[in-house]
Amino acid sequence: MIYQDSRTLLAVRDLRATVNGIEILKGIELTVKSGEVHAIMGPNGSGKSTFAKVLAGHPAYVVTGGEVAFDGGPLLELQPEERSRRGIFLGFQYPIEIPGVANSQFLRLAYNTLQVQRGKDELDPLEFDDFVREKMKLLEMNPDFLDRSVNEGFSGGEKKRNEILQMSLLDPKLAILDETDSGLDIDALRVVATGVNHLATRDNAIILVTHYQRLLNYITPDFVHVMDSGRIVKTGGKELALELEARGYEWVGAETSASAAANAGAAR
Amino acid sequence: MSSILQNLVNQPYQHGFVTDIEADIAPKGLSEDTIRLISAKKNEPEWLLELRLKAYRHWLKMEEPQWPNVKYPKIDFQAISYYSAPKKKKTLASMDEVDPELLRTFEKLGVPMNERAKLAGVAVDVIFDSVSVATTYKAKLAEVGIIFCSISEAVQEHPELVRKYLGSVVPVGDNYYAALNSAVFTDGSFCFIPKGVKCPMDLSTYFRINTENSGQFERTLIVAEEGASVSYLEGCTAPKFDTNQLHAAVVELIALDNADIKYSTVQNWYAGDENGLGGIFNFVTKRGLCKGVNSRISWTQVETGSAITWKYPSCVLRGDNSVGEFYSVALTNHRQQADTGTKMIHIGKNTRSTIVSKGISAGHSNNSYRGLVRIAPVATGARNYSRCDSMLIGDQCSANTFPYIQVNNPGATVEHEASTSKIGEDQLFYFAQRGVGAEEAVSMIINGFCKDVFQQLPMEFAVEATKLLGLKLEGSVG
Repeated sequence: MIYQDSRTLLAVRDLRATVNGIEILKGIELTVKSGEVHAIMGPNGSGKSTFAKVLAGHPAYVVTGGEVAFDGGPLLELQPEERSRRGIFLGFQYPIEIPGVANSQFLRLAYNTLQVQRGKDELDPLEFDDFVREKMKLLEMNPDFLDRSVNEGFSGGEKKRNEILQMSLLDPKLAILDETDSGLDIDALRVVATGVNHLATRDNAIILVTHYQRLLNYITPDFVHVMDSGRIVKTGGKELALELEARGYEWVGAETSASAAANAGAAR
Repeated sequence: MSSILQNLVNQPYQHGFVTDIEADIAPKGLSEDTIRLISAKKNEPEWLLELRLKAYRHWLKMEEPQWPNVKYPKIDFQAISYYSAPKKKKTLASMDEVDPELLRTFEKLGVPMNERAKLAGVAVDVIFDSVSVATTYKAKLAEVGIIFCSISEAVQEHPELVRKYLGSVVPVGDNYYAALNSAVFTDGSFCFIPKGVKCPMDLSTYFRINTENSGQFERTLIVAEEGASVSYLEGCTAPKFDTNQLHAAVVELIALDNADIKYSTVQNWYAGDENGLGGIFNFVTKRGLCKGVNSRISWTQVETGSAITWKYPSCVLRGDNSVGEFYSVALTNHRQQADTGTKMIHIGKNTRSTIVSKGISAGHSNNSYRGLVRIAPVATGARNYSRCDSMLIGDQCSANTFPYIQVNNPGATVEHEASTSKIGEDQLFYFAQRGVGAEEAVSMIINGFCKDVFQQLPMEFAVEATKLLGLKLEGSVG
């Protein structure tokens, strides 16, 4: 939702990044304010997931230029754990399996780390158990999954629900959900989307990275951005997603090249 | 913890196993004369001198084993002094004099405050009530007929028991280092649990407060008679330094009918620096004999120290229906090398053994599991289950598994499972993205990996062992 009295949570200016020496992000510009839901769409290989990981500080990516301000402070110099503690959450496209570590232990450690950061009391295992079970109801999750190893042997749907559960525990200011809809059947998609909608408030913001319009039937974006070759090439309202669904991504690329050429001509 | 145990840990151990020998050191080098000197100094009976000489003569004919997957410079056995009176550690006047690094370690391990002083070598009688825990302890054990003393003392006080069992599980010529130990051992522990007695306390508590140096060639003998049981813990999570580089201990366990011995080790000897300089060579022979029917011997080890570890705590399952267990975590970092595992020798009918080995390698270290499961032709109905998991941290280390399986009875069941995993950048990033730093993440992953073994440890050690692994891996990730 767009609010008049919102504040800027994320300001990305000319962000450039490489992986293995190859430039993937080539000057991203994006502003996200509190209360807003943004969708970033685009064809495979356009840099959507890279953008999400760079914001979260994945060590495999090297930022080569640009600036990112988050919640009023510079972001790029922070370690990934520090970014998380300040309120950036990344919902993974492929949640990582951690054999031998019980999900309940993992969730509690993450939660308590944040509690300490916020100067609040840690929860002991029993208190946490009550707390997390309440959160799990929203996502229609089976309690036995607390005892299983983190993401190990989880179905695609269970993994994604686990991501949203973590989002609900950590209560981030900015949630970046990377392809959360991929690998979900229609029921799981509905449950996950309901969870996300429930967590959206006027104080936080959500960036949905998605390839398909499908998810946007359930979560209504305020802005839709189209990424191509490492840049955001078009921005519109929710109707842009429908247009993309109908026409594909190619016309956006063609239109932007044409307008770029026109701009270049005008400059001459 | 019961109040008795609470009192015990809260009080200092005062007298230890220190023997009343004049402070003197034998000249360097090994010969029959050296052995006669050791035996004379310890006022040993003739049969023990003969045992030592027999071991020495065996040793002279033996070759240092070349098969372990470890590398080290040749040891000059003539450059070692084989006898010196137990040294009293330098005593510090207060905690303020303790090396801050050691204090930091205690802090990280969560060693109870009241034990730190003792472990650091501070004169505890100025801090604690001076009632001797040893007296309380020994009285309680003696009440039920348990003998628990140094092996030197046992040789003097209970020669018939020592003579009956010493060398009965690990013969004097068993292997190169065991032969050396049999020739020159100077001290160690003796524990005898008489028929039908369940040791009323975990003997771990005792070792927490007894960190006197027991010497380079330690000898341990534990006997559990019919229906007896005991849980024994050797070692300590606190780092242990020694000026002697070579350590060659021998541990023998004997379980008679329906007896149960649980032997746990936490080893944190000095491992050398990051480049592999210094550090202890730990060449140990540990073996248990399940002599009686329905007997059980269980080894649990957490090996984190030493430059080189060469160690295979084993079970000979002779009694019908006897059970052997081996639970191991071996962690190597920097330039450490470990070649460790077990041998399960099934002889009795319906004997069962379980092997759970977890190897963790980091830095430039090399970690090998080597295990033998042998089913004798007569061991009808024998069963073994083995599980060997390796975890790699970084890409400069190595892990190896060498399982040897010899089945000579068609009715036996032998299962072996193995896996190798790696703590990857992606796992650490996942933790980081949830606000958890690399150190804590590794600790949690390792703890999960080692869970099956830690469960076997006495409670207070399980907690410390977890932290110990985290501490040993500090700086190896991220």
